[in-house]
Amino acid sequence: MPIHVSLIHFLFISAILFSFGVYAVITRRNAIMVLMGIELILNSANINFIAFGRYGGVSLDGQMASIFVIILAACEAAVALAIVLNIYQQFNTVNVDEINALKE
Amino acid sequence: MTQELLLQLSTAILLLPLLSFLLLIFFGKRLPRQGDAIATSILGVALLTSLVILIAKLSLFHDELLDYTFTWVDFKNVAGIGPLKLDLGIMIDNVTAIMLVVVTMISFVVHLFSTAYMSGDVRYSRYFAYLGFFSFSMLGIVITNNFFLMYVFWELVGISSYLLIGHWYEKKSAADAGKKAFIVNRIGDVGMFIGINILWANFHTLTFDGVFSAMASGHIPFDSNPWLTAAGILIFCGAIGKSAQFPLHVWLPDAMEGPTPVSALIHAATMVAAGVYLVARVFPMMTADALVFIAYIGAITAFISATIAIAQNDIKKVLAYSTVSQLGYMVMGLGVGAYAAGFFHLVTHAAFKAGLFLGSGSVIHAMHYALHHQHDHQTDPQDIRNLGGLKNRMPITFWTFVIYTLAISGIPLTSGFLSKDEILAGTLAFGQLTGHTLIPITGFLVAGLTAFYMFRLVILTFMGEHKDATRVEHLHESPKPMTIPLVILACLCFFAFYSFNPIGASSGWFFHAVERPMSVVPNAVAAASVEVFEEALHHSHATAMYLSLTVAGLGILLAFATYYWKKVNAEAIAKAVAPVHSFLVNKWYFDELYQATAVAGTVGLSRVLGWFDNKVIDGAVNGVGSITKLTSFVSGKFDNIVVDGVVNFLAYLAGFFGLMFRKVQTGRVQTYIAFVLLGVMLLFFMYRGV
Amino acid sequence: MTLLASLELFDIIFYFFAFVTIVSAAVVVFSRNIVHSAFSLMFTFFGVAALYVMLNADFIAVTQVLVYVGGILVLLLFGVMLTTKVISVEMKTGTLQTLPASILVAVLAGTLCGIFWITDWLTPVARNAELPATTSSGIGRALMTTYLLPFEVASVVLLVAMLGAAMIARRERKR
Repeated sequence: MPIHVSLIHFLFISAILFSFGVYAVITRRNAIMVLMGIELILNSANINFIAFGRYGGVSLDGQMASIFVIILAACEAAVALAIVLNIYQQFNTVNVDEINALKE
Repeated sequence: MTQELLLQLSTAILLLPLLSFLLLIFFGKRLPRQGDAIATSILGVALLTSLVILIAKLSLFHDELLDYTFTWVDFKNVAGIGPLKLDLGIMIDNVTAIMLVVVTMISFVVHLFSTAYMSGDVRYSRYFAYLGFFSFSMLGIVITNNFFLMYVFWELVGISSYLLIGHWYEKKSAADAGKKAFIVNRIGDVGMFIGINILWANFHTLTFDGVFSAMASGHIPFDSNPWLTAAGILIFCGAIGKSAQFPLHVWLPDAMEGPTPVSALIHAATMVAAGVYLVARVFPMMTADALVFIAYIGAITAFISATIAIAQNDIKKVLAYSTVSQLGYMVMGLGVGAYAAGFFHLVTHAAFKAGLFLGSGSVIHAMHYALHHQHDHQTDPQDIRNLGGLKNRMPITFWTFVIYTLAISGIPLTSGFLSKDEILAGTLAFGQLTGHTLIPITGFLVAGLTAFYMFRLVILTFMGEHKDATRVEHLHESPKPMTIPLVILACLCFFAFYSFNPIGASSGWFFHAVERPMSVVPNAVAAASVEVFEEALHHSHATAMYLSLTVAGLGILLAFATYYWKKVNAEAIAKAVAPVHSFLVNKWYFDELYQATAVAGTVGLSRVLGWFDNKVIDGAVNGVGSITKLTSFVSGKFDNIVVDGVVNFLAYLAGFFGLMFRKVQTGRVQTYIAFVLLGVMLLFFMYRGV
Repeated sequence: MTLLASLELFDIIFYFFAFVTIVSAAVVVFSRNIVHSAFSLMFTFFGVAALYVMLNADFIAVTQVLVYVGGILVLLLFGVMLTTKVISVEMKTGTLQTLPASILVAVLAGTLCGIFWITDWLTPVARNAELPATTSSGIGRALMTTYLLPFEVASVVLLVAMLGAAMIARRERKR
């Protein structure tokens, strides 16, 4: 592994962030923690986009993609939190393992 | 005016009543006045268009046949037959043009009449819708140029007749009469169907032109003359049913259960004349034998129903039997070869018989109103014994009724005289040429009977004193929409419309326009040629006229003597010949006969078949059933033990794995995500090397 | 030592922010206290923004700070406050099946890193190539030309999300 910063460094950071995000999504019971995990995943994806855009050729396409990802992340967060609030009202909990009405 | 335009106009005439039907059946209740004005004016337009077509046809294309044919279904090459296709189309010759006017004219006046007669009816708009539907179907019969469409429209008029007879279907007798009309018609139609199939099997075409030209070139069904005769008679069977000829005449009197204007339109002037029209259409393919058969059927029908009409007391029943009798006249006229005369009688009869029915409708309407006023629900308004003395109360109805009666009795200056005279002359000529003297004798006898029973009807209905002095105060002339049609139809009973010579129609435009078509059957079986027949006709003309005038005069005289001056006591005579009288009152026991033979036979046969079914077939079925049961028992054991074993094992396996894997289905999204990730990684490793 | 000596300033800054990002992300994930997680997430977002800067994406970096830190994080905190029973001090959140999840995620991280490592990346642009000083104008132009349609669609999506969120939240309040 080269010591000088190159594409692979950013990719590794994004891979680690992604794994943390997935871990949070899978293990945490609190829906808001799950949302935080999702934000981490989205951030890691953004890093990938921009890194590829930077090292794959001088173009803004990667940055454009990440802009739209950020936009959608904002939407997602707003809607998801609204849903979480609703669920809280409905089930009096935000623990996702207790909300398994889909099973029945 | 071109031929194309004429054809287009006639198509428009055909479709106009259909438009009326569709408008009224779907939107009738929402239209102003429930749509009667729309229906009537549509028919009025159709009438005017038909008149234009008739005039244009006669003045511009007098001797041409306007035809439009298209291929509906092309079967391409059929194995063993060759190219096969079904052509449909319309055609206009002089007969068609005249029939168009007749149908639209009668339909129009009946529409107009019905606006008053049927007002307040629960199914008012539907009634007019059905009238439009009937007019459409009838015009279809008239206008088509092939047997296929003819048959289709034939059944359509049958169904519209059924619907209209059963218009007041709450009355059981009306519902039964509708069924009877439909079923009896079916019997005749089966014959017609077979006849058409004979033609199709042999000529592979159903256009009139195609069939006749194939016959003219020497091609006859199955290469045998008897088959040709049979085909003709079978097609005539359709006419027997529809035109209420003996032995299928029994439905028409019952059909009087329908509203009276319907009787005028369908069961007097147009639909029942369809049979006559059919015979006229297929006239060229009739052999001499078939024509004799037709002539005898007509004569028998005319005689039987004329005798029955004498003893009837219901005003509509008298007219119904009179209709049957006159239809017999027309059929007889065609049968003896007086083609133009038969068809002419159809046209004149349409006018005066429709008028008679509408007149009786006017009487019934007035009586109904008067009885209603008296709160009398027992007295039958249609029974002529309850009528009488209406002359001064209903002058328009009375005088028009008299004109119609004169026409149907064949009194000079009327249209009926012209047509009836021609038919009788034809029968005389026929009798001379072939020796079938029974036919002219019957013809003249019926002419006398007709005059007698019609004047009996007029005298008993309109003259003398009314039985109930208070009721007569409530009797009034019918409203204008009912009297105007009566006057129009009465005008059409004058000779001048058909010929300027009051004692001979042969010089008029009608006989010029309608000529007997050339026969296409082989000479060996053809009837006497036109020339020979015309020659004989020429000689018999004067004789026929004097004879018919004499018998008609005798009939009228007898009617007056019996019912007006009361010189002859009718009741005493009826008592003296009680068996004969009851025979006539009971309509020759035809209904009873059919009840005992055809209906009882059918019922008996179905009983026998039922027994056979129960004992023999069921026995066989049960035997087979027990064998099957045994087999199935063995097979069932095999199924239970072997097949089910395998299946159960498989199901057990599936259940086992299901139990194993159902843990995966936790309802927890996070677990699912974990599995998705597992899957993604699996894919990574699978495609690592690619 | 030679290896460390060869470090340039750029590399040092990178490793610093990479460290901040990963450690704070670890705190986010492993902290039992949800409020700690939320605050730690802020550092992660800042770290990522710094990485964006190092990737010559200044506009995105600023956007990241504005949207994530200023918007989403605040939203998440509101969510935490509205749904967690603060009084009963139940800020701590439980975890599920930690062991299998840890194994799974470790394998996942290994797989990803392995793939990144063995792949022969095409990197035509050298690390110290001449790059445009700022990207804002380029992004602005791209948004108004090539990406106009997605841009407009995104604005509609934002609007819909706003309305939707408002509606979902309001209906809940009515009950």
